[in-house]
Amino acid sequence: MHVRVTDREGEQRELEALEGWRLMEIIRDWGLPIKAECGGACACATCHVYVAADWVDKLHPPREEELERLDEAFDVRPNSRLACQILFSPELDGLTVVLAPELD
Amino acid sequence: MTQGVAMTQGMAMTNDNIITTDVVIVGAGPCGLFAVFELGLLDIKAHLVDILPKVGGQCAELYPEKPIYDIPGFPIVTGQGLVDNLVEQIKPFGPTFHLNQMIEALEPIGTADAPRFRVTTDAGTVFETKTVIVAAGGGSFQPKKPPIPGIDAYEGNSVFYAVRKMEAFRGRDILIVGGGDSALDWTLNLQPIARRVTLMHRRDDFRAAPHSVEQMRALVASGQMDMKLGQVTGLKGEGSALQAAICRDNAGETFEIACDTLLPFFGLTMKLGPIADWGLNLNENLIPADTEKFETSTPGIFAIGDINTYPGKLKLILSGFHEAALAAQKVHRYVYPDKRLTFQYTTSSTSLQKKLGVA
Ligand SMILES: Cc1cc2nc3c(=O)[nH]c(=O)nc-3n(C[C@H](O)[C@H](O)[C@H](O)COP(=O)(O)OP(=O)(O)OC[C@H]3O[C@@H](n4cnc5c(N)ncnc54)[C@H](O)[C@@H]3O)c2cc1C
Ligand code: FES
Repeated sequence: MHVRVTDREGEQRELEALEGWRLMEIIRDWGLPIKAECGGACACATCHVYVAADWVDKLHPPREEELERLDEAFDVRPNSRLACQILFSPELDGLTVVLAPELD
Repeated sequence: MTQGVAMTQGMAMTNDNIITTDVVIVGAGPCGLFAVFELGLLDIKAHLVDILPKVGGQCAELYPEKPIYDIPGFPIVTGQGLVDNLVEQIKPFGPTFHLNQMIEALEPIGTADAPRFRVTTDAGTVFETKTVIVAAGGGSFQPKKPPIPGIDAYEGNSVFYAVRKMEAFRGRDILIVGGGDSALDWTLNLQPIARRVTLMHRRDDFRAAPHSVEQMRALVASGQMDMKLGQVTGLKGEGSALQAAICRDNAGETFEIACDTLLPFFGLTMKLGPIADWGLNLNENLIPADTEKFETSTPGIFAIGDINTYPGKLKLILSGFHEAALAAQKVHRYVYPDKRLTFQYTTSSTSLQKKLGVA
């Protein structure tokens, strides 16, 4: 299983993904620059990603907590998600995301 | 109101004089708070400084409502619940809190045998202390800065991430961005003195206290302020004088809001901050400490909790508590060089129980 992640310099990487891991953990484990300050507790919004258009509807919709946390992110778009709130499963094989800008 | 907040209200801020003390604790997170207890048992009084307006560090700021399951003796306790209990537990030792200020400078003024330090905060509080316990966790909590191109040029004159003096905003055209309590509170506080306030948020749902949201909506309905849906994407102005914010609505249309002041409220993030300049050895933004007494490379300066590193370190609240107990023993040696320290249990020692006010 794989996930395709484009970093902030525009470079795309294909990362091996494990079932049951959060997308944030996969990205962080492969060493891509995702801050994930709160470690996945939906408390920091520093794991903000944009999901490719054809994947948006395949993900479970964001819960209220995720929407509230996205208020603390920058340049939020309709396809914005917090990577720590996406649990990886076989149906997500090939998921494609872009790292959103990080607040300083 | 939580106990932590209540305690800070009556706090005296002594800014004119130098405060002479035995220990200054940098950071009022769970580990800094528990250090007060361990020091208190050894008759050492502490001053704690935190940049946040409340105590509790990550527990209170990042996850006050979330349950913690690995605090010994508490099968379940929320972040804020733990902080409230710590505050209750250290009450007998009457710590002094200096909140809303960041420790900026730490300067050695003593010798290796008899260390002394001058510690200065950005609010002008100055301490002279025998020892310092750095319990700074993931670093000081500071406002997040949005990556809007060119924003740096306006900072300090037109763009502010916190409000220190309300009067500075009298008569200004203010654009406030955000949907949480800070955004709403400052909207309501500044609206009466500003020329005009506009609040912008990306969606028509606010996570601030409901009565603040109601008050804001009433002001909009009566034409006394504006509320816009959208996000700031750019800034226009000359030098450091802002003239307008370039914004995008949810349909992708671009529009401008004329304003001379922008206050973005995107929450807080942890930054190491001035600790990097204190002459301590650093290892990837962490402070190496020994595991016997949690002292750093500088005698008299200790590091406990998330900020320290040593072989086998686990970033757990539990570890920070243990480290606080060991650091306190060595602090005692600096504070009372001539006194022998005998080990005692709180269950059986009358003298400890007297200190705790229970005997
Ligand atoms: C979402 C989440 C869940 C967690 N769950 C658990 C769990 O279940 N169990 C567990 O054991 N741990 C958990 N942790 C980790 C735990 O919160 C930390 O280990 C703990 O908070 C560390 O405490 P501390 O006192 O060392 O630092 P912090 O809690 O980080 O407090 C440090 C304080 O120092 C202040 N400060 C720093 N520098 C300065 C300065 N120069 N001047 C003034 N103030 C300064 C900061 O503003 C901050 O308030 C969790 C963390 C997060 C984010
Ligand atoms: S890691 Fe903090 S919100 Fe996702």
